[in-house]
Amino acid sequence: MSGENILQVTDVSKTFGGVQALLKVSFSVQQGEVFGIIGPNGSGKTTLINCITGFIKMNSGKVLYKDKDISNMAPNQIANLGLTRTFQIMRPYYSLPAYKNLIVPLFSPRARKKGGWRGGGKLGDRGTVSIDILEEIGFERDSFVPYKLASSLPTGYLKRLELARCLALGPDLILCDEVFSGLSMSEIASMVPLIEKLQMDGITLVMIEHRLRELFRVASRVMVLNFGEKLTEGIPEVVMADERVKEAYLGSEKLLDYSFEA
Amino acid sequence: MDKNPGTAERRKERLDRGIKVRTEGIYAISSWQEVSYLVLPRLILIVGLLLLPFLMPSLYWNRVISIVGIYALLALGFDFLAHYVGLVSLGGSFFIGVGGYIAAILNKSFGLSPLFTIPIATLSGAIICTLLLLPALPLRGVYFAIVTLMYPLVLFRIIEALNILGGTDGILGVASFPNTWVEQYLILSIIILALFGLRRLVNEDIGLVFRGVKDNDQAVRASGLSITLYKAIAVFITSALGCLGGAYFVHIYMVAGISLFALDYSVIPIAATVIGGGGTLVGPLLGCFILVPISELLRAFGTLRIVFYSVILLAFIMFRSEGIMVYAQRKYHQFERWVKV
Repeated sequence: MSGENILQVTDVSKTFGGVQALLKVSFSVQQGEVFGIIGPNGSGKTTLINCITGFIKMNSGKVLYKDKDISNMAPNQIANLGLTRTFQIMRPYYSLPAYKNLIVPLFSPRARKKGGWRGGGKLGDRGTVSIDILEEIGFERDSFVPYKLASSLPTGYLKRLELARCLALGPDLILCDEVFSGLSMSEIASMVPLIEKLQMDGITLVMIEHRLRELFRVASRVMVLNFGEKLTEGIPEVVMADERVKEAYLGSEKLLDYSFEA
Repeated sequence: MDKNPGTAERRKERLDRGIKVRTEGIYAISSWQEVSYLVLPRLILIVGLLLLPFLMPSLYWNRVISIVGIYALLALGFDFLAHYVGLVSLGGSFFIGVGGYIAAILNKSFGLSPLFTIPIATLSGAIICTLLLLPALPLRGVYFAIVTLMYPLVLFRIIEALNILGGTDGILGVASFPNTWVEQYLILSIIILALFGLRRLVNEDIGLVFRGVKDNDQAVRASGLSITLYKAIAVFITSALGCLGGAYFVHIYMVAGISLFALDYSVIPIAATVIGGGGTLVGPLLGCFILVPISELLRAFGTLRIVFYSVILLAFIMFRSEGIMVYAQRKYHQFERWVKV
């Protein structure tokens, strides 16, 4: 935990037609921390991740990753720098077995630099490496699960597979887009230690989450977005005590009255 | 479609044979019986293909084998691109035309023998086709198909209008193969190599990337791989197969004309893929060996040929839309039994 900024986002704005999805959002993430991004539905959280990782071109603003400007880079270039993301709606390769899903990221230039042409250096080929990664992320090695087609896996495993795809790249920073959503309470309970372990391994995490209780267990700082604007930022307890945050989440009577009059 | 589908009381259960361990492509082989289970189908295919020239009754039918081989190359390329990369290409005639004209020019203007023209035309043709298709690579589905269909039409009209490359007469007097045996066995060995090469490729690591592009291209980008690069590699492989076929065709018929851009080369590979079973690679190849000879046999009916041809195709699409090989592989690799619900 060096306190050094690994990600610096400055004044990112994005409009979709007439909709202002993001308006001058700025924040920075420190090396080794877990940074939470919360906000009501439609507040621009996923758009923000899409802009940072290059999946959407932002209208204006600047993103610095390890002091390198990545604002106009393609998603695959950004991923190769070690800035990876998960998708909120899981995007596995349904026609491939789970462990072969990981061979795709293991084939990327970044992973090849590390693993050599077979993928695992002396440890074996990419198949072996991907089974190792899957075990780390919660697929039982000796079961049939890693060999099953991704199309036949339940949501819990697909969410893990999303994380595993990021890990296969050997990332320094993972942007997690709602890894807890759609999971049962017990599945979430087994995911939280996983996140803590990633953090202990020195990976910085940015987590978009609606499951606030679980997020606050791991996150050191959170940022609140509402209607594409940054409301506030700080340690979880202080942020949730903020009147504007309560308003955004629950709606305030004042706001309701106002909208009726208009 | 089963003749007797499942009812409320019973349904059909399918079980993989025990030899297949855990997943596709991992087999446990412990006896000669199991070895033969895997080897026999491949052996029958290879031996069958190599015996074909001996079984043909006349020179005319020997020529048909070479033509089938060219269609088989196109069908293999189409199946690879459509089912493993997710790009539907109608560019068969484009590849044939480019490869054919390059081979003809190399032979007539530079005096190179088929030994050199065919490999050169294959590589340079594939590079040209890939470069021309590069702007279309971000397109998906029917849009990519339209672009690939447009190129042969454009090239056809350009050659016709500008009267270049021999104009409507074409380039005549291209060198032929030494004899009909060389002609047949060369193309047969090429398609066997292409078939097993492609089957190996799609299960290699780079092949998994291709399949990833088909399943979920955004996830491939998030994995740090450029989808345009891998689509371009796949298009290069397909167009190399097509250009090889075109160069071969020119040396068989000793002429390169604008008929090389005929739509047959785009459409018949697709029909063969439908009949043979898409995604199996061997299916489209067999589809060509069924479709093209049938079309030759039907010549006896004169103009009604197309009608019978269409009826056969329709019947296949209606009653066996999965294709021969998908059906056959299922029957071969799986036990089926009725179980009470």
